[in-house]
Amino acid sequence: MSDHDTLYSTKLQDKVERSTLLMFVLTAIAVAIGGIVEIVPLFYLPNTAMCSSALAGADATCNNTQHKDANGNVIPMDKIIWNPETSAHKTLNDWVPGDGVRPYKPLELAGRNVYIREGCFLCHSQMIRPFRDEKDRYGHYSIAEESMYDHTYQWGSKRTGPDLARVGGKYSDEWHRRHLKYPRDVVPESVMPNYFWLEAKPVDVAETVQTMKVLTIMPFNPVPKTIYSDEYIAGAAAELEGKTDMDALITFLQGLGNHVKFEEGVNYRD
Amino acid sequence: MHRKQLLNVGDAQILTCSGEEITVAAIQATPVKYDMEVVRWFTIAAAIYACVGTLIGVYVASELAWPFLNFDLEWITFGRLRPLHTNAVIFAFGGCALMATGFYIVQRTGSTALWSNKLAWATFIGWNLIIVSAVVTLPLGWTSGKEYAELEWPIDIAIAVVWLMYGFNYIMTIGIRKTSHIYVSNWFTMGMIVMITYLHVVNSMAIPVSMTNSFSIYSGVQDAMIQWWWGHNAVGFYLTGGFLAIMYYFVPKQAGKPVFSYRLSVLHFWALSFGYVWLGAHHLQYTALPDWTGSLGAAVSLAMIIPSWGGAMNGMMTLSGAWDKLRTDYILRFLVVALAFYAMSTFEGPVMSIKTVNALSHYTDWTVGHVHSGALGWMAMVAYGAMYHMIKKLWGVEKMYSESLVNVHFWLATIGTVVYVVAMWVSGIMQGLMWRDYDEYGTLTYTFVESVSAMHPYYAMRAIGGLIFNIGTWIALYNIVMTVRTASAARSANAVPANA
Repeated sequence: MSDHDTLYSTKLQDKVERSTLLMFVLTAIAVAIGGIVEIVPLFYLPNTAMCSSALAGADATCNNTQHKDANGNVIPMDKIIWNPETSAHKTLNDWVPGDGVRPYKPLELAGRNVYIREGCFLCHSQMIRPFRDEKDRYGHYSIAEESMYDHTYQWGSKRTGPDLARVGGKYSDEWHRRHLKYPRDVVPESVMPNYFWLEAKPVDVAETVQTMKVLTIMPFNPVPKTIYSDEYIAGAAAELEGKTDMDALITFLQGLGNHVKFEEGVNYRD
Repeated sequence: MHRKQLLNVGDAQILTCSGEEITVAAIQATPVKYDMEVVRWFTIAAAIYACVGTLIGVYVASELAWPFLNFDLEWITFGRLRPLHTNAVIFAFGGCALMATGFYIVQRTGSTALWSNKLAWATFIGWNLIIVSAVVTLPLGWTSGKEYAELEWPIDIAIAVVWLMYGFNYIMTIGIRKTSHIYVSNWFTMGMIVMITYLHVVNSMAIPVSMTNSFSIYSGVQDAMIQWWWGHNAVGFYLTGGFLAIMYYFVPKQAGKPVFSYRLSVLHFWALSFGYVWLGAHHLQYTALPDWTGSLGAAVSLAMIIPSWGGAMNGMMTLSGAWDKLRTDYILRFLVVALAFYAMSTFEGPVMSIKTVNALSHYTDWTVGHVHSGALGWMAMVAYGAMYHMIKKLWGVEKMYSESLVNVHFWLATIGTVVYVVAMWVSGIMQGLMWRDYDEYGTLTYTFVESVSAMHPYYAMRAIGGLIFNIGTWIALYNIVMTVRTASAARSANAVPANA
């Protein structure tokens, strides 16, 4: 027997090792703590884009989030998150880029379902970090509010291809169509698969409409029923008829990243 | 009387946990009849899934090097096959290896049969049905869009049920043990059972829109944090904790030595259980997640070097006085190299969690390399060491069908892993440096696609490393099947005179 083991375990440890129940309970407590400390505050602290929950209801201040400009003045949250009640543009169809973060329109939502289905997030991130090179390459760093309606977030963890958080408007629809169909026709060094077959797939209308309905009943950050109103959802099917998965995906990509008008000198991470 | 660190008396004697002597005589008087048939099946399944899972890995790696391999078939595009690869290696190979070794260890360290053999069989069938459903649904594009938790909600529910069946049976078997203390391997497995239950249930919370599609109830920041709490702890409790249970049983058994330090294992277990949980946030440095969360994750990550290396040392030092066995014992080689990779990965991980390093490494292949040094070097190696050991015991043979093929497998696995990891180190750091490089005019030096084309040789090298590893798994499968066949043939040959 080696010397280092002549030391006894503590009485408590000895007790724990003799009891299945005690070992189970103590382990269950030990492994729970870290997650609770890191996750729970994200539901009540500012700067986490938690703006509505089944428990606390809608909260236009998003737990008192305060983004301040260079003079220390607080930017009103409705400049960052589109609020049809205070905005000059009252419906999703009237919304223009810069009005603030909004939920997806029906065709974009259908495109987002394609994006998830094809596993695009495995090679493309949607989360720009606050570095000079990322700003030059992709644009302003991403802020929490921009993904508040993204149920099943799509930040990604790997850039085999470039970040797409602000790809909207960078290329023409026609470029996207050619690129998605045969990527190496446009970018010879690309390693992306060909997605020409998306053009042959009609959009799943029923599933997209159902997705809209489900998004309004989410327990955290649901789409407000004032935006996805019953009439709006009822009208979605007409917008989706005759469209393909390719149309939807391009529309989704073209809508990415232009929601918020970013001001110079504002720290959006405080 | 202090711990009796005797060996070969009964498994409970490898490491008893307090200053008390176990009544060996009582255990030996009535030989225990273990439920090992289900363990045999889990072991064979693990050997098969290792071949399939890594083969899919080689294929998706090749798709990145040579994109024509997507063959314009939607079902085998990278985006759909990659989740199948991760699910196959983690949940099919890893899961079957964990359940095989778990059911083996819990019986032998407790000197008892399983609490319910039937429930164990139901677990085996259920787990394999889940694997089959993954093989069908992931290529069809039925995905929840959460990395490492892609399976859709009906399968998620099945996973929860089967996992609880496994966990309940396991813990009840600990409960009916004949030994006074719970052996250290079973602490780790119990930690895994509890934590994976938490993670799977919380992270998979979703509202369905159809049988094949659903959306997370969380969004943005909260979803990201919960996802990486799941993602990193699947690594921490399943691929690390679960496999440490394997290490703490099979290293001492194969070395014929007691665990080096009991106290170190106590520290290892509690520090890992409490600490690992905090690490997930380091996957989200510099994102829209509040800074404090990522920093906290990184700080605890650094602290985790201590218990991780303590555990690795504990395993390594178990061999002190028995190092000569490495020359002849190929199984021991698997276990020792696994510990070396465990030590390496648990140093590399905390380094990558430091903000300045993470700024470079995040989004690059370095992360992929890090995962594989853990998954191939640590997890697969320790699993194979255990599987070879178990197969000899389970089928009652002295040697594998071919001991030299074990050695060949060992070298293919080691070389394949090293080639893979080195390729990803180079490509990852290169990507990170190219993306942030500025020329003398203050503009970005490289377009993104230049970084893509610069990766080609390393992606090819990675695929080759993976292929080398994969060839090893087929050799292992052949060796295992031949061992089992030989053993069965010998048994029936012996049976004839007995009947006559």
